Amino acid sequence: MPILEIEHLQKSYGETHILHDINISIEEGDFLVLVGPSGCGKSTLLNCIAGLEPISGGDVSIAGRNVTGVSPKDRDIAMVFQSYALYPTMTVAKNITFGMKVRGVDKATQDAKLAEVSRQLQIEQLLHRKPGQLSGGQRQRVAMGRALVRDPALFLFDEPLSNLDAKLRVSMRTEIKKLHQDLNASIVYVTHDQIEAMTLATKIVVMKGGVIQQIGTPAEIYNRPANMFVADFMGSPAMNLIPARVRVDAGTTRIEIERKDEAPLVITDPVARDLPAEIVLGVRPEDIHEATEGAHLPGNAQRADRDVLIDIVEPAGADTFAVTQLGGKPVTARLRAESPVQARRPFPLAFDLSKVSYFSPKDGQRLN
Amino acid sequence: MTSNTMLRWGLYAVLIVFAAFYLMPLFVMLTTSLKSLEEIRTGGLLSLPREITFAAWSEAWSTACAGTQCEGLRPFFWNSVLMAVPAVAISTVVGALNGYVFAQWQFRGANLFFAGILFGCFIPFQVVLLPMAQTLGFLGLAGSIPGLIFVHVIYGIGFTTLFFRNYYVTIPQELVRAAKVDGAGFFRIFFAVFLPLSLPIITVSVIWQFTQIWNDFLFGVSFAGPGSQPVTVALNNIVNSTTGVKAYNVDMAAAIIAALPTLFVYVVAGKYFIRGLTAGSVKG
Repeated sequence: MPILEIEHLQKSYGETHILHDINISIEEGDFLVLVGPSGCGKSTLLNCIAGLEPISGGDVSIAGRNVTGVSPKDRDIAMVFQSYALYPTMTVAKNITFGMKVRGVDKATQDAKLAEVSRQLQIEQLLHRKPGQLSGGQRQRVAMGRALVRDPALFLFDEPLSNLDAKLRVSMRTEIKKLHQDLNASIVYVTHDQIEAMTLATKIVVMKGGVIQQIGTPAEIYNRPANMFVADFMGSPAMNLIPARVRVDAGTTRIEIERKDEAPLVITDPVARDLPAEIVLGVRPEDIHEATEGAHLPGNAQRADRDVLIDIVEPAGADTFAVTQLGGKPVTARLRAESPVQARRPFPLAFDLSKVSYFSPKDGQRLN
Repeated sequence: MTSNTMLRWGLYAVLIVFAAFYLMPLFVMLTTSLKSLEEIRTGGLLSLPREITFAAWSEAWSTACAGTQCEGLRPFFWNSVLMAVPAVAISTVVGALNGYVFAQWQFRGANLFFAGILFGCFIPFQVVLLPMAQTLGFLGLAGSIPGLIFVHVIYGIGFTTLFFRNYYVTIPQELVRAAKVDGAGFFRIFFAVFLPLSLPIITVSVIWQFTQIWNDFLFGVSFAGPGSQPVTVALNNIVNSTTGVKAYNVDMAAAIIAALPTLFVYVVAGKYFIRGLTAGSVKG
């Protein structure tokens, strides 16, 4: 039984359509991340799941029960908000137990739950403080505590880490992941940060303009993006999207990439592929390899027929990024830290063609 | 002395002059109320009393004649208390609920409603005198304290709604959403989340309303009956109904007595007044 099932959900404000035909289904224990640029409708979708926004069409079911039109308090959900939304005049303890108090849970159970959750989140020493006396990270924990005590069928997180500084964000991310594993909780999580999405999710929904672009595991989304938007949005540095021409003859595929003031770069794939004449070659920076004499190449890496001129070299500690210009676009290669690559010098590169994505330049859809 | 400190002393001098100028009437009132009539006739306006006497105060409070009734301000003072306290309380509570709805529970046509209520703040008192008199007659409240309470509540709601709405609009909507998910309803959220945040704006509303209602003369003189006149109307009558020698000391004492409650409210809650007008949001 899916813990959350959304069927043909529509949302519009008057004539403005915010969400178009959303269909999502997740199982118990899934960590679903809704990711997309701002204004893509991900937060609206979360509010629709919570029942804080009425939907214009379709159905929402939580734990097998159709909750379309049911008020938020009766949906068996708990929510963590971007601003934490702690009640400013209540102590941490009162904040956490407010929901139980409203629902008439007896005092002994409240106390037991409070003790359990505050131990879990290590906020026992903060219980008598007001939210104004807490740091950002502590408020974040209290907000999570308020959700955890409720023990709901589904947790909803609305960009919970976006107000924290970078370092704290990473450590809280790890804690949320640990919490998910320990509790086997079902979670829907909204973020605009693709790294958060990749690290936390068991399932990712990429959205743009109120339309779902792709649903899949982090690996599927990363390795086989459904279209150029997903390819570009997920991954950092982003996937290189290089316009190219394809020629198939005698069982091989020749991929030709235009270059400024130079002969086209040609990569030959020994396998004949069923591709149109014009494509966009999508290749992740880590799938472009250094092809110097004696360099170790993965089995499927194909050397380009000529060296390319490197424009910029960016050492980043663990890796060195080399940027060149191919097909009129800057192309980044992730090379090893000790790579001999130098700026304004030609350098040999190889492309791992088993990992590349091919897209149609017309509609941006995946071809392979 | 540098030019900077000279400037500073100059500034203080100017401020002191202005303050003295502003306080002069109060000084005259206070000193005059403590003099005997004899001394008022012979002494100067600004001179301090040679002999302090509270006779004028006790006369103003309990025996001065307002029209034909010679019981001083006392019965009218209590009329004012009986009118102002419920009127302030009711208009503040209604304003708080109104403001809560306008700020956090948007409904269709809310802006139109709010504009209407706001418009109510700017209707001059004189305009509503006749229709209000008819309304009070229709409700059977004419000439009574409940009638005055009714008028002041109606007139005050525009302001109190504006105060509370502008205060609550700074409270993030996510707070209401969180409380909704927690299972709380409309009134629960108001009492558990919003009301505890409202002390500064309640103070503003109370001071404003109390000052307005206590000091009101026009509604009092128009709508009150013989037994329900507020202190402002009685003060006017006392000052106007003296015969023969004008008892300035009694008039001054009566005026101070009539003004004391608003002064008291401001002194007690004044710092919250400023804070409530300027501060708004709940910084999380």
